[in-house]
Amino acid sequence: MQRLGPASSLNRLERASLGSYWLAAMSLDRSLGIRVNGEHRRVPGGVSIAEMLNEIGIDPTKVAVERNLAIVARSTLGDIRVEDGDDFEIVHFVGGG
Amino acid sequence: MTAQQDIKADTWTVAGRTFTSRLIVGTGKYKSLEENAAAVEASGAEIVTVAVRRVNISDPTQPRLSDFIDPAKVTYLPNTAGCFTAEEAIRTLRLAREAGGWNLVKLEVLGEAKTLYPDMRETLKAAEALAKEGFEPMVYCVDDPIAAKQLEEAGAVAIMPLGAPIGSGLGLQNLVTIRLIVEGANVPVLVDAGVGTASDAAEAMELGCDGVLMNTAIAEAKDPVLMARAMKAAVEAGRLAYLAGRMQKRRYADPSSPLAGLI
Repeated sequence: MQRLGPASSLNRLERASLGSYWLAAMSLDRSLGIRVNGEHRRVPGGVSIAEMLNEIGIDPTKVAVERNLAIVARSTLGDIRVEDGDDFEIVHFVGGG
Repeated sequence: MTAQQDIKADTWTVAGRTFTSRLIVGTGKYKSLEENAAAVEASGAEIVTVAVRRVNISDPTQPRLSDFIDPAKVTYLPNTAGCFTAEEAIRTLRLAREAGGWNLVKLEVLGEAKTLYPDMRETLKAAEALAKEGFEPMVYCVDDPIAAKQLEEAGAVAIMPLGAPIGSGLGLQNLVTIRLIVEGANVPVLVDAGVGTASDAAEAMELGCDGVLMNTAIAEAKDPVLMARAMKAAVEAGRLAYLAGRMQKRRYADPSSPLAGLI
């Protein structure tokens, strides 16, 4: 699996100059543009949610996942493929009162 | 029966789960997870509140709360702190349920940042929706006996009125309303928020509350672990005093030594 990097590694100028070329490149390498906890990321096409989490360094058994505002059952994280444009919230428990 | 046996038998039950400790502690504001764990241990709490937050995806290897406070030994009570609408609170608790499988949750819907006072309209809406989804919400609320009744009707499994604003440490501001809530409730009543020191916790228990929930009073004490011990003792003392039934107050003195046989 190719290394994932935040799409934000491009600066604003680079994004602007790439323009439509960038959009074309997206489909050429079949990678997907997604958001994870508000941050833009690119992942290879065809990965499951569990694979996406592992790649980021998150243990899928220790978090809860919301995709486009709907809860994804933990038991199905390995079966569901990431789609282009998906918006994920990955949460866990922290100290609180 | 000895006093020791009485204490052991004195349990309380919320949504079918029975606990011995009547002190619920928060896990926020501690200097370290180690200190947090030591304070929980010293408090004797069997339930801790936790918040639901985004995983830090730039550094997912940061130490986790569950590495220090074992959810298999202490019941995690996920909260909705920071939620200002019913919708946000419900969304948060659905995630909490997926993260840990808990139905027993703490609902709080806040009205404004300055006072962190509950928004009761949104709180009632959320409590009703959550109960319909199979949650068992313990609900942070205003110290209003009518609102407490309405929450119970909406499906709250515990009523948790504030003693004073969250994190203020001002102590119980309205003993009358807390007592009225206790007298009218058919579910456990816990004072949630406002406790500043041990006597505040004892006072809540003396009113007949089933328990007390606190965070800042322990976490912001100079020695949080020692304060956790103090709170454990205070909750137990207040509970015992409530069970023992206090003496009537008199307006004037009444000698404790016999008047007969004076030389």
